[in-house]
Amino acid sequence: MATGDLALGQEQGALNARSRVINDFSINVATVNGSGSQSANSVLLKSIFGMGVPVSGKNLFPSNIAGLPTWYTIRASKDGYVARKRDTEILVALNPETAQSDFMGLPAGAAAIYEENMNLKQHRSDVVCYPVPFDKITASVCPEAKLRKLVKNMVYVGVVAQLLSLDLAVVEKSVKKQFAKKQKVFDLNFGAVKAGYDFAQEKLVKQDPFVIEKMDQTAGKIIIDGNAAAGMGAVFAGVTVVAWYPITPSTSLIEATTDLLKKFRVTPEGKATFAVVQAEDELAAIGMVLGAGWAGARSMTSTSGPGISLMAEFAGLGYFAEIPGVIFDVQRTGPSTGMPTRTSQADLLSTAFLSHGDTKHVCLLPSSVKECFEFGYEAFNLAERLQTPVFVLTDLDLGMNNWMSDPFEYPDKPLDRGKVLTAEDLKKLGGFARYRDVDGDAIPYRTLPGTDHPKAAYFTRGSGHNDAAGYTEKPDEYQAIMDRLTRKFETARTLVPAPIAVKDSGSKIGFLAYGSTDFALRESMDQIKKEHGQDVDYMRIRAYPFAHEIHDFVAKHERVYVVEQDRDAQLASLLKLDLPADQVTKLRSILHYNGLPIDARSITEEFATKEGL
Amino acid sequence: MATAAPAPKTNHIGLPIVEYRGGKSTLCAGCGHNAISERIIDAMFEMGVQPERVMKMSGIGCSSKSPAYFMSRSHSFNSVHGRMPSVSTGAILANHTMTTIGVSGDGDTASIGMGQFVHLLRRNLPMIYIIEDNGVYGLTKGQFSATADIGSKLKTGVINDLPAIDTCALAIQLGATFVGRSFSGDKKQLLAMLKAAIAHKGTVMLDVISPCVTFNDHEGSTKSYKFMQENDEPINEVGFVASFEDISVDYDSGQVYEVEMHDGSSLRLRKLQEDYDPTNKAEAVRTLMAAHENNEVLTGVFYIDTSKPTFIDLLNVVDEPLGTLPESLTRPPKSALDALMANLQ
Repeated sequence: MATGDLALGQEQGALNARSRVINDFSINVATVNGSGSQSANSVLLKSIFGMGVPVSGKNLFPSNIAGLPTWYTIRASKDGYVARKRDTEILVALNPETAQSDFMGLPAGAAAIYEENMNLKQHRSDVVCYPVPFDKITASVCPEAKLRKLVKNMVYVGVVAQLLSLDLAVVEKSVKKQFAKKQKVFDLNFGAVKAGYDFAQEKLVKQDPFVIEKMDQTAGKIIIDGNAAAGMGAVFAGVTVVAWYPITPSTSLIEATTDLLKKFRVTPEGKATFAVVQAEDELAAIGMVLGAGWAGARSMTSTSGPGISLMAEFAGLGYFAEIPGVIFDVQRTGPSTGMPTRTSQADLLSTAFLSHGDTKHVCLLPSSVKECFEFGYEAFNLAERLQTPVFVLTDLDLGMNNWMSDPFEYPDKPLDRGKVLTAEDLKKLGGFARYRDVDGDAIPYRTLPGTDHPKAAYFTRGSGHNDAAGYTEKPDEYQAIMDRLTRKFETARTLVPAPIAVKDSGSKIGFLAYGSTDFALRESMDQIKKEHGQDVDYMRIRAYPFAHEIHDFVAKHERVYVVEQDRDAQLASLLKLDLPADQVTKLRSILHYNGLPIDARSITEEFATKEGL
Repeated sequence: MATAAPAPKTNHIGLPIVEYRGGKSTLCAGCGHNAISERIIDAMFEMGVQPERVMKMSGIGCSSKSPAYFMSRSHSFNSVHGRMPSVSTGAILANHTMTTIGVSGDGDTASIGMGQFVHLLRRNLPMIYIIEDNGVYGLTKGQFSATADIGSKLKTGVINDLPAIDTCALAIQLGATFVGRSFSGDKKQLLAMLKAAIAHKGTVMLDVISPCVTFNDHEGSTKSYKFMQENDEPINEVGFVASFEDISVDYDSGQVYEVEMHDGSSLRLRKLQEDYDPTNKAEAVRTLMAAHENNEVLTGVFYIDTSKPTFIDLLNVVDEPLGTLPESLTRPPKSALDALMANLQ
């Protein structure tokens, strides 16, 4: 007979169809860093995805190799909400160190699965408790003691799958995909899933209301993290030189790029059509990017805040000497080391003006894995078209977590290699002036080293130069270059990804946001409508310099809330520099900067307070 | 009747030396750097290097201005202080078919640029790296650099009490495959070394003592013309015969160390010090260290290795420049993306 551990009263625990919560809850898996729970978490996520239910996963991990607590939250949402949710309804407590506090943090009516000797149920009675003898079950399916730590995670997958009524065949498929082509590993892991599932079926009585039911919301969708997507964008942009220095959370972007380059960019003779260099530091990484961009390569690096700081001097050179290059910044909290494994959007201002002197940079701001791919691709076109470093700012939440997405579309347009004069061009022209605005768009022409014409060469320098690239300290010549660079930035304004009016219903109140804030904000807008009856408009910013549509959006609204994940309202500050003076006072800020991804409830609450709702 | 002026002397690719010249130098009259620029012009001319096939790289400082004063027909990149190595690395990755010559100074290399310098050596990046070494910061008016010898004196009377970094010993130890020291005032030696440098495949590191006439050419300086004239101790006499030259010289093989370069030219090092073997790393470093003890400034080719793979070899890239590969080779087809997408579903 089944012996569920009933912490709740019989009446409360009895489930019926009406009280069931279907496809709308979060699971929090608490483990110890280094215990190998990632595969299990991924299998569970992909199993829910396989059930056709919109799902997202977030890894909340410490800056540590092994031993510190780590949490993974999986959110199933029939409405397609994929932002972090403040509360989680199901706890899988596998870390004795945090089990009690994790347990106490659950909302009433939640469910907890834990190693039976933790005896959590003594602490409160308003949570459904499922004690499970994980070690015993694991030992029974995994004779090899040293593998048990890893296999134990799969047992939890089985228990959760049974309790949530996941289709075991769907779970099996996910396990198979996770351990593709390794039959023995699959057998061991699926054996563990099955043992957990069987245990739950025989010994636990379902008393919580949370279940997964099949939907058709994920057909044709993919699951990928933003770093892998951005790397893919770079590869399909034909990147040839990659220079980088390891730093969390951007390292996996380079790893994904490198894997794809090895897969797709080796000739039949076994030669590489790319070079990846692990540089000695970020100063060298950006130097290599600019050297390569100067000599004609599509070059990139990827880093996070501390690396961005180190790249500052070179960024100014790239801007002033007009050299293409792509820099991905997967933002994490700062300043300094900050919390390296926590998310943030606090590099925006420092990146937009990175360097000394009068410098400003084109920044692309993707807000989904699909845009990580698209902007990862488009950044190279813009860098070469505009002859300037282009920054792509994502963040840890977008970059390192798994997101559901429509499949990426192949970029059909040919690559835009920008204004490069060949030897034949020079033969016709008889020469050229490197920094002269010939076309009226403030973008000059350049030549590449190796161009076989006696007039092809020019002297690249960070010191004052005139439009023929000659050294100058003459006030008017220097200022003419600086003014042209300003005009070039205006050209950039028209070329960068335009903002998207997500909602434009004629409300008096508007929202502006960028990047990973988008998910939480869209959910919050639904909450605001449902709970306060208030319609609000929303324009999603996708690049700096800001397109004119953003000015128009602000002009149209009485109050505009700028929602962002940093302390100092950096996006709002940047907007204030750009907006006409009479528009500036319309801006208000909703800020989130505790290292966790922003959630809808926090936005809704702060909005309601500020609006006096 | 006026006779036509004789056609200027041309090199073996048909260019006169004027095609290798640069802009007018803005450095001080008598600066050693100007002499080095002249030798670079001579070497490139005599080797018949197409100027369009050369990239001139530099950092910041007096030395780093000098690429403007030679070879105006070559692309040049005057970058940021101490970071010419990374810019050069990137440029060479984009186009490894070019001849790359970098000009740095002792401040640019041995202080602010040390981090990048050592990694360039370690990678054996195929380029010529010249340190125009005068022991002082010129543009900021005469502070000691890290190659200033211990006990040497500034014009102001300040004595340097820190040991000099021997960039040659460092280069040998860290992986450069052609390492030598010369003196801007020794035309013959410097020209031969530069020509051999052009023929070499790998990192060539040449430390060229180049007196600063304004801030470091006085009594008490160890980087002055006078000091060098008195203390220059060549370890070998450097001779170079290019692959296209048809010169046969008889020499006593016991007295000359001959190195065949990968392009078929020949570097001949006449032994001046007993049994010095320029292919023995440990011996080279030991000899340099011993010279410091004796207050000698050794010059000549200290170390050469023509077999070690370069960074480009290690990266196993295609023969064509990466930067200008056609889209058909750099952008995977639609089927590749479709397969990736299917796998993520």
